[in-house]
Parts: sequence; structure tokens; C-alpha cells
Amino acid sequence: MMRSRFDESLTLLNNGLIEMGGLVESAIFQATQALLEQDAAKAREIIAGDTIIDEKEKDIESQCLKLLLHQQPVARDLRQISTALKLITDMERIGDQAADISELCIYLAEQQYIKKLEHIPQMAGETIKMVTWAIDAFVKKDQALAETVIAHDDVVDALYVTVKRDLINLVHEDVKTGEQAFDLLQIAKYYERIGDHAVNIAEWVIFSITGKHKDKQML
Amino acid sequence: MNCFKIRDLNLYYGDFHALKDINMSIDQDKITAFIGPSGCGKSTLIKTLNRMNDLVEDCRITGDVDLFGEDIYGSIDINLLRKRVGMVFQKPNPFPMSVYDNIAFGPRTHGIRSKFQLDQIVEESLHSAAIWDELKDRLHKSALGLSGGQQQRLCIARALAVSPEVLLLDEPTSALDPISTGKIEELLLTLREKYSIIIVTHNMQQATRISDNTAFFLLGEVVEYGSTEGIFSMPRDKRTEDYITGRFG
Amino acid sequence: MSGISKTIVKNAAKNATNSAARTSGWAESFLAILTWSAAILTIGILVFLVCFVIAKGLPHIKPSLFALTYNSVNVSLLPALISTVMMTALALAFAVPLGVFAAIYLVEYAKRSNKAVVLIRMTTETLSGIPSIIYGLFGLLFFVTFLGWGFSLLAGAFTLAIMILPLIMRSSEEALKSVPDNYREGAFGLGAGKLRTVFSIVLPSAMPGILAGIILAVGRIVGETAALIYTAGTVAQIPLNPMQSARTLSVHMYALSSEGLHTREAYATAVVLLLVVILINAAAARIARRIGGKNELF
Repeated sequence: MMRSRFDESLTLLNNGLIEMGGLVESAIFQATQALLEQDAAKAREIIAGDTIIDEKEKDIESQCLKLLLHQQPVARDLRQISTALKLITDMERIGDQAADISELCIYLAEQQYIKKLEHIPQMAGETIKMVTWAIDAFVKKDQALAETVIAHDDVVDALYVTVKRDLINLVHEDVKTGEQAFDLLQIAKYYERIGDHAVNIAEWVIFSITGKHKDKQML
Repeated sequence: MNCFKIRDLNLYYGDFHALKDINMSIDQDKITAFIGPSGCGKSTLIKTLNRMNDLVEDCRITGDVDLFGEDIYGSIDINLLRKRVGMVFQKPNPFPMSVYDNIAFGPRTHGIRSKFQLDQIVEESLHSAAIWDELKDRLHKSALGLSGGQQQRLCIARALAVSPEVLLLDEPTSALDPISTGKIEELLLTLREKYSIIIVTHNMQQATRISDNTAFFLLGEVVEYGSTEGIFSMPRDKRTEDYITGRFG
Repeated sequence: MSGISKTIVKNAAKNATNSAARTSGWAESFLAILTWSAAILTIGILVFLVCFVIAKGLPHIKPSLFALTYNSVNVSLLPALISTVMMTALALAFAVPLGVFAAIYLVEYAKRSNKAVVLIRMTTETLSGIPSIIYGLFGLLFFVTFLGWGFSLLAGAFTLAIMILPLIMRSSEEALKSVPDNYREGAFGLGAGKLRTVFSIVLPSAMPGILAGIILAVGRIVGETAALIYTAGTVAQIPLNPMQSARTLSVHMYALSSEGLHTREAYATAVVLLLVVILINAAAARIARRIGGKNELF
């Protein structure tokens, strides 16, 4: 009897996480679009939308604390709930990064881009993939997929190095591009950070499956 | 270092096979918790450790149980074994006599007669059981007048009075309220420094709070035995997981 | 279960009890009257009996009844009184240790499946149902005739001892069985052996129950006549050694009233006997308290 209520709450918690994951994914996607289309209005929407993600985090947080209090979970339940608590922090941070990118979009919307953006959209595509996989891995308890996410971080990191090198070359050729180059590098950095958060999520997903975090027994 | 080493232990009550091929080593100066559903054999096992099962008719045991390397089913003196391996029961069972005589019963049994020595043992034991302050003014009043929690701590003090090496506790707090339970748990954590403790409990939270190692029993078998934190965070066996998360049955 | 269906069940239960109370109101008062009248009747009979005996006997108690020797003029009851005390003490001295130790064996030592135990239990049950006259006849044939003790205090005491043995055994057994097993476990758990456990924990705890059995046994000894007439005889003198014949107060009363000459003295004796019984019970209760309050027997 008690157990079935508990299971219901766990399903609810899972659904909340999937929902929050969806919000975060769409935030990154929209931010990238705003960036490519130089659409300041869309960017403002995304910044406003970040509060929804923040609220979702608070909501899931309180669900988790209530479950800890009422059920004193052990084993799989304990791992699932503690993982959820860690995941929402990273997802919330991803939401913040999307908002940060949008802020720069608003600023860049009035300027001519100094070059055609190609690697940054690529980075965006890869990080969105990573976030989606990471959340999928949590939902499906798929350790292999989580490991793929961790491995995939190298792709994003390599792209960041490429973007950085391109921008340095541009600035070398024309010092006046310097200001925008800094902003674009900042944006690339944000995407790179999103990739790192996706890795964090994947690592906690692995903990929830194996009880080990970064190959270290947690308890 | 192990206090008990159990090898290939099988126990039968008549035709009933109550313990099946138990193999386990129990750490010295640690708290080991035995958990499992009713009738899983956990209480039966601790009763083999001080040979209380000898009192049960039709009880047959095969295999070895060593206490610090000495076979307790060999030529050992049972009364001496029970002095070395103290036991506290589920229901507090002070004798119908004064607090003082309850504590002194064990030492007197083992030949201590001097009043001076007995006074000392009584005081020390009650101190160790963290109940001296509550009882020092009523040493010569009947122990049956104490509250349930006090009675149980008195029973622990009584067990400590014969200076045992191991303390067995068979669901010692199942009849007590949460405050008394908390006091006993705290007491056990302080006693861990000097005694090896084995506790049977139905209270999973209790096992996680106080024990270093946990063994999960099911149908007379040890399903899983390991560090408490390991068992309660990442059980290796599905049956353990089902039991501790309440998915059992 | 849903809240609604629970309430329905609860209401149904309430209605059931309500209607039961309504229809059985008269039955309840009838039963109340029945129990009350039974209680009053019982107490009434007892009070009437005691009052009757005291009213008939008390006026006839006079110093000559307590003369040291009996003769047909003073009809002294003192020799019988002293004989009663001696007879009781002797019979208990034989029966109590035997009965208590037998009970200890049965409860603490014998295995439950033991055939001998079953036999012993059956024998005691049978013995406790035998009329006392049969014990008397056995005493007459065995102690008085076969062993050649003649009518004597000793033959009477032995006969009575055999008669009360089942009673003492049964009550001691029950008392020992009612000692909670966890006392025994506690003692064994501290390394106490069987002997120490039984004598310092179990027996003291069982003492009140055992003493209750002994008090009942005393009642039977003091009230016994049939078994004693055939074994201890009816000589109204203070026995100087256990081989002399003696009569207890009950036998004395029987003798007086059957002679038909000293009915008033018989009533006076009854008053004294009543007093003796009360005194013995009070003394036993005191001993019980003292032993129960004391912690260890040894």
C-alpha cells in the first residue's frame, strides 16, 4: 500500500525531470535560433522563460525533500532521488547559460557578424544532443548512453578550440573585429559549459544505476 | 579481526531446516546488524552464538562456530561461553529483585562475593549503560518498577556486569518508544569501542543508523552480507533490494 | 479501503450494537440480578455459618477446656490443639520438600516428551481425586499394621503427607510454569547454570504460588478426620513422641459430637479450630511476603 504511493511519487518525480529536461533543451535550441537569426525579441522571450525553469527546479527540489522525509529511501530509491537533486542543479545551470547566450544575442542583433557562423551552430547542435541523451539516459536508466554523453564532450571541446583559433586569426587580420570576437568566444564558452553540465548529468545517471560516481563508491 | 567465524552452519528444529549453510565472519568491535523478514533465521542464528538453542528440544546443529578461534560447540564450558557472549532480549526481562541484585546476579554467579567488588561492578555497569544517574538513588528498589526503556538499559548493564567480549541483542528496542530507542542506539554506539555487538532488528533505519555491517537473511540463508552503507545504497542482490525498499512479497 | 465504505461499515456496526442493546436490555438486568444474588447468597451462607458456630461455641469456652490433660469432666481440647499443630508440621515436613522438588523436576528438568512424566502427572491427578477414607485405610494397612507403627502421630502424618502430596505438586507445578520463560533465558544468558537459575530466580518467583498450595494443604490437614481415625487413633493426650497416638481438633470434635454428651464443648472446639485456621493462614501469608520480598533464596 505504502509502496505503491511511493512508486507513484517516484513516477511523478521522473515526469517532472523529463519536463524540465524538455524546457532546457528547447531553451538551448531557441537561443541558437535567436543567435543565427539575430532575433532580439526571441532572445528576450528566452530570458523571460528562464524563470519557468527556475520554478521547475524549486518544485522538483521540494518533491525530493518530501520523499526523503516521508519515505527515508534506501538502495535504488535513495540513488534515484539523490540523483534527481543533483540533476536539477545542472539543468538549471544549462537554462542560465541559454539565457546568457540570449543576452549576448540582443547585444549582437544590431551588428553585422564578422564572419559566417558555422562552428558555433555546430557546437550548439552537439550540446543539444548531449543534453537530450543525458536526460534520456536517466529516464531509461541506460548506462551506455550516459557513457556516450561523457565521451562526446571531447567533440564539443574540440569545436571550442576551433572557434577560438578562427577568432584569433580574424582579430589578427583586423583588430576592429576584436570586440565582437570576444562576444562570440564568450558564446562558444557558454556552449562548452553546457556540454560540461551534460557530462555532470551523465555522471550522476551512472551513479543512480551503479552506485558509483566517477568510478568512486559513494557509500 | 573477527570475533565469530561461522563455517557451514546448518540448524534443524526437528525436521525444519532453519539455517542453511551459513558462512560468515563477524568483525570485532563493530556493530553487525541482522535483518530480514520474520522467521528468516536471524534470531535463530544469534541464539546459536551463545548456545541458547541448546535449551530448545529437537534442535540439531552441524558446522563450526569459532569465537576468537575457539570452537564453541567443542569442549567449551557453556556457562563460561555465555559469560563471554552476553545477550539482551526483545522483551526487557529484569529479574523480580532489586536493581542492585539484578546487576550483581551475573558476577555472583561467577563467584564474586565481596561486597566492595560487587558495589564497584554495579556502579561501573550502570555507568557503562548510561543509566547510573537515573538509578543511583533507587539501587535497592525493585527493578520491575522501572520504565520499559530503563528496564532494557538495566538488562544491558546486567549483561555488561560479567564483562563479556561480545554482546548479542535480539530486537532490543522493538518494545520501546522512540526516545528510549534513541537512548539505546546511542548507548550501543558508545559500547562499540569496547565490545563486538550483534543486533537483530526489524527496523531498517535502526540498522542504517548504528551498524557497520549488515547481513540480510531470507528463508534461513544469508542472502547478502557487507558494509551497511553498501547494502543500503547499492545492494547486489535483487531480493535484498526488494526487501529494504519495501517491495517484498 | 475507501473512506466512504469504512464509514458505512462503522455505522453498520454501531447500529448493530445499538439494536442489540435495545433488545437485550432485560437480559442484561436479569444477569445482573443473578450474579448479585449468587454473590450475596455465598457470603450470606459463610457469615451465617461463622456466626452460628461462634454463637453456639463462644459462651462455652472456659478455662477448663484448656487444661493440660483431658478427662471426661473437663473435656479439655488443649491436647488436641497441640496434636493438630504437631500433625500439621510433621505432614508438611514430609510432603512439602517432596512435592516441591518433584514439581521442580517435572517443570525444569524433565523433557516434555518423557513417558515417566506423563505417568507421574496421571498418577498425581488420580491421587488427588481419591476420597480421604481410602488414604486412611491404606495408612491403617501399611503404616499401622504392616510397618507395625500402631496408631501413631507418625502414621497419621505420613498418611496425610501422601494425601496432600498431589495438591502440593500440582500447585507448585503451576506456580513454576507461570514464571516467565524470559527470567530463565536472562539467567542462562548470564552464564548461570540450571541449578542456580532454578534456585535463585525461578523458585523465589514461584514462591507465592507454592505457598498458596501449602495453605490449601494445611486446610485439608486441619479438617481431616476419616483418614486420621484409622491411623493416628483418637487418644486425647499430648503425644510425647511421634509413635504415640493423638487426636487432632477435628477428630476431637467428631469424637465429642458422636458421643453426644459434650455437644457444647464440640461447638467451643469449633470456634478454636476456626481461630487456628485463621492463624495458620495469616502466618503463611506473612512467610510468603517475606520470601517473596527477599531476593535470593541462596
